[in-house]
Amino acid sequence: MSQTLVSASEGGMPAKREITTQPRFSDRVFRGVVTSGALSSLAILGLIFFFLTYQGFSVLRSQGLYFVTGSNWQVVQDAAGNIDPKQTQFGIAAMLIGTLLCALMAIVIAVPISVLSALFLNFYAPPFVKKVMVSVVDLMAAFPSILFGLWGFFILMPSAEYWAKLLHKYFGFIPFFKMEVPVFTRSPFIAGLVLAIMIIPIVTSVAREIFSQTPLDRIQAAYALGATRWSMIRAVVLPFGRSGIVGGAMLGLGRAMGETVAVYSVLNIVYQINWHVLLGAGGNVASMILLKFGDAGPEEIKALMAAGLVLFLLTLVVNSIADFIVRRSGGKGR
Amino acid sequence: MTTTIRPQKPWQASPSQRLISASVLALSVAASFLIVALTPMKGKLAYFVVFFLAFALLDFIFHFASRGLSAAKDSLARAVIVLGIALGVFPIISILATVFVRGYKGLHWGLFTHDMKLNSVSDPIGQGGLLHALTGTTLLVLVALIISVPLGILTAVYMTEVRGRFLKPIKFLVQAMSGVPSIVAGLFILSSIVYTVTKSYSGFVGSLALSILMIPTVARTSEEVLLLIPNDLREAGTALGGTQWRTVAMVVVPAARSGLVTAMILGVARIAGETAPIILLTGGGDSVNANPFHGPMGSLPFYIWKSYAVGTPESITRAWAGIFVLLTIVLILFISARILSGRKASK
Repeated sequence: MSQTLVSASEGGMPAKREITTQPRFSDRVFRGVVTSGALSSLAILGLIFFFLTYQGFSVLRSQGLYFVTGSNWQVVQDAAGNIDPKQTQFGIAAMLIGTLLCALMAIVIAVPISVLSALFLNFYAPPFVKKVMVSVVDLMAAFPSILFGLWGFFILMPSAEYWAKLLHKYFGFIPFFKMEVPVFTRSPFIAGLVLAIMIIPIVTSVAREIFSQTPLDRIQAAYALGATRWSMIRAVVLPFGRSGIVGGAMLGLGRAMGETVAVYSVLNIVYQINWHVLLGAGGNVASMILLKFGDAGPEEIKALMAAGLVLFLLTLVVNSIADFIVRRSGGKGR
Repeated sequence: MTTTIRPQKPWQASPSQRLISASVLALSVAASFLIVALTPMKGKLAYFVVFFLAFALLDFIFHFASRGLSAAKDSLARAVIVLGIALGVFPIISILATVFVRGYKGLHWGLFTHDMKLNSVSDPIGQGGLLHALTGTTLLVLVALIISVPLGILTAVYMTEVRGRFLKPIKFLVQAMSGVPSIVAGLFILSSIVYTVTKSYSGFVGSLALSILMIPTVARTSEEVLLLIPNDLREAGTALGGTQWRTVAMVVVPAARSGLVTAMILGVARIAGETAPIILLTGGGDSVNANPFHGPMGSLPFYIWKSYAVGTPESITRAWAGIFVLLTIVLILFISARILSGRKASK
């Protein structure tokens, strides 16, 4: 052994290789570039917050808490065309309530359908049907929102109006379904239906992902104990996937709250607090921004920016909670 | 004389069981017609509801009689779950059918050779076209692609290869970014760039807003793709003396190439029909504008939106024709992404 070493050194041993744990220069550059690229998401989110606050700050300061608790939106100008700060009011509570109302209704409709669909895809469908259906559901998630808007307006509206009348007729005693003026078209109920259809693919894919992670041994144990398919699902799959379903629902909620064009096309946007879901008047923050933007003066645009900030923070919070829940439940998150 | 034993499949339904299931189905169809005819209920909804209730009830009774309560519950659950998937899939079919039936009427070859410079959306269907919208959408998507693909893939590489100390925050931020409402992205570009720098609407600012929506899609799909690359490849690259940069650039990324293309395609499909920021930012011209940095730029979503808002029969037919074209583009993108990722998976 030592002899070979000696002979090698006589023949001119190559210089000792440098052994280091320090990354090479090229790697340092690489890591720097990749890290800065990855931090672009931080930069973008930070800039969104900064610029919306910057533009909307004067309105937020002059309106104070009224901006989120009040529900009056009026710009008053004096004879010279200047804004009268005393009477000009911006309060988005009516639209915030509308946002929550539509989004919650969408969740109430979409979550059961999505969970059942996910159960079907994971435990009932034959492999071929499953493959096709998964593609179709994913495809639906890629449909443009304006398509849902037009479909909702022209195709869903006539049927939904009829359903709304039925609901009013038989469940009118529930305060939500009460209404004094029988205007059934373009109601939050229909907007909620459209939003539900839009978020079904999202919630379904999250639920499907979670359900597919159910430990196989538990499933087989349940079958071995003589469980039917349904009792297996109830005893194993649903307890395992419960928090994942909640997370998926929150994700859908976040998506439904930020939806603009679909809601704008089906909903009759009226600036008032409306708890009666069947009455054809309501709105949400996003569609209100789109509606008011067209003929807004400089001051009003600032108020719209502030409304955008509120919407941004709202969806950020909801999404973060959803992400936290989905991650904690062991899912990969979507 | 050898006898071949036929494989038995005791789990399959016997002919008599099939007969009974078929008769349950037939009976519930009959019941739905009968009940709807006899009671004041009417309409498709009534048929559907009565049919489902009758089917569930008959199925429940039959299974209860033959195999007991838990089997009956199982069959009831199956009926409800099938109802769920039917309700989930029905809108998709309805949407596709509607777009085809209504959009078909507005299609003509002039759509691809004319713009709307000399026509209004209420003109007869044969006049004018979508050329400005198609070029506009193509340019918007291309510019957004140029901005967001590098950022998205860098983010994915960070999450899978570098895995530095910002790993968790960045995963969270990408997730948070994918939830940013499209109108907020539009307002952000409006407040940060249009009001302060350019002072005018153009295709480029629209693309910037679209990039914000596209980056998270590209990043997350790419992350999933890169996670699928076996670690052996990375170890082999390092064992051959490659630095991390060489390993990622020469081994990992080429191995994931088709998946990364899929990520891009899905990102494009995500933004091609995005409407809200387009309305706020691009100005929506009626003639072909090939310069994304100057002048109003038309696009498919804007064209659909404008035609829908006008509300005359011709303009609404135009809106459906626009949606038909848009949906065809999205479908082609989606299917090509499926084929690409499917080919990779089968390797």
